[in-house]
Amino acid sequence: MSEMQKLVKVFIMGEAYEVPEGSTIIMAMEYAGFQMKRGVGCREGFCGACATVYREKGDYKLKGGLACQTVVSDGMMLAQIPFVPAEKPVYDISELTPDVDTIKILFPTVFRCVACNTCTKACPQEIKVMDYVQALKRGDIAKAADLSFDCIRCGLCALRCPAEIVQYNAATLAQRLYGRYLNKKSPELDERIDEIEEGKYENDLEELIKMPREEITRRYYSREIKLK
Amino acid sequence: MELSYYPGCTLKANAKNFETSALAILQHLDVTVKELEDWYCCGVCFSQTQDNLMQQIAPVRTLVKAKESNRRQLLALCTMCFNTLKRAIEFIKNDKEKRDTIHQFMDREDTKFYGDEVEVIDILTLIRQIGLDKLKAAIVKKAVDLKVASYYGCMLLRPQEIAIDSPDDPVIMEEIITHAGCENVYFPFRTECCGSYQIVSEPEIVRERARKIVGSAVKNGADLMVMLCPLCYYNLDEVQRDIQEEDATFQPLPVLYFTQLLALLMGLKPDLQDFRLHAIDPRPVLKRKGLL
Ligand code: SF4
Ligand code: SF4
Repeated sequence: MSEMQKLVKVFIMGEAYEVPEGSTIIMAMEYAGFQMKRGVGCREGFCGACATVYREKGDYKLKGGLACQTVVSDGMMLAQIPFVPAEKPVYDISELTPDVDTIKILFPTVFRCVACNTCTKACPQEIKVMDYVQALKRGDIAKAADLSFDCIRCGLCALRCPAEIVQYNAATLAQRLYGRYLNKKSPELDERIDEIEEGKYENDLEELIKMPREEITRRYYSREIKLK
Repeated sequence: MELSYYPGCTLKANAKNFETSALAILQHLDVTVKELEDWYCCGVCFSQTQDNLMQQIAPVRTLVKAKESNRRQLLALCTMCFNTLKRAIEFIKNDKEKRDTIHQFMDREDTKFYGDEVEVIDILTLIRQIGLDKLKAAIVKKAVDLKVASYYGCMLLRPQEIAIDSPDDPVIMEEIITHAGCENVYFPFRTECCGSYQIVSEPEIVRERARKIVGSAVKNGADLMVMLCPLCYYNLDEVQRDIQEEDATFQPLPVLYFTQLLALLMGLKPDLQDFRLHAIDPRPVLKRKGLL
């Protein structure tokens, strides 16, 4: 950090620290001397390990965010939630049906939802969490799977829910049911598997293995995602 | 004519015949219904714990979406949903203090609901608005000689503030049945409660109610019974099976959603309905009367 870097004051679990302006919460915590063992993961906003709750100065809202993606602000109060105690039913997907009866059996708490929308407000991924819970309530598995697609299982929704629903585990079930029973078969996938089995990508893979890290990073970020 | 439509969870899960037949007859009568893009479970029962505002929010959320749709009327087919949404409107309209609290709580929503912006409508009133003559003109199966017992149940008639007709002596179903060319069966239990949620904890009560309600319709000569509530439907159709098991002399009566019968009378494709979903098979009587 350059000497000219402006510092802001944040309260990490109640204690004040001066940290560089513009840092993410993770960077700020490390700057303040915390050694992160839990509550940190990919640092890219994908893994959902760094759920954090915070309040910004002058705002009554208790917000949820990912520590690796959320930038600190002066006067911010925060605490990390490295683990969420959550119920997780065990099931054999091949024995289930993609309908409301399955939800009733495995996630009866879903039917306690009062549509308060607290989960949606808490979600750092801006997912319409309440809407996917509501879709599950009426057995619309496809809609629930679609709406919850970007869920990273950070657990913040479940922590705030007054009905004690574990939304993200229910979403996982919806996505599995969708993938197994409702999704249309893609012929491209079979083609691709055949190509891989024939060893079509061996040379490309070799090339990647030898490639310097910077080049891989460059290519990763400049890749195009083709959606059909 | 164009209006918003709120299906509710049951019509998407267990009462599919109700939804498909209702939407088909409305289309046939040139009414455009647009399902709300986002809607939420209404909570099923209007919460009597009026101080617990968390329990009042669910129906309000759907009413907000209906307001945002910019269509004044919101059709609720399921009578439980109808009842809950209507009462939620009354609640929001009449209790300013609680309305303010709810508005403050729903601080993410740009639209605030005050109660007058949306009119929740049931399908019977809607048919009246479309016009009974228009309905009559759409009927193709004439002179079917069918005796119909119309069962109202509670949700369309109680409490008084939201009743679509006289709670003691309603006529709207019979009026429509007459215009559809069938004969009405008046039976004393047509506005009595079916036992409702007692089916979960005290099924014996519901069996008793079903026996009385169905028995009285049969005694008065009904060929079948029609209704508009998925819970009444369950209690009066499915439960007849249990009654039959304990009492071999019990005379069953086929039960249909009101709109299923209208769709058949209008000559709409019978295969839009799934008659396998009925506990008491209505097909024999429908065939006998030339409706299938
Ligand atoms: S839905 Fe819940 S678990 Fe998933 S990302 Fe949003 S808050 Fe996290
Ligand atoms: S926080 Fe819980 S009760 Fe509230 S809308 Fe979300 S799932 Fe429903």
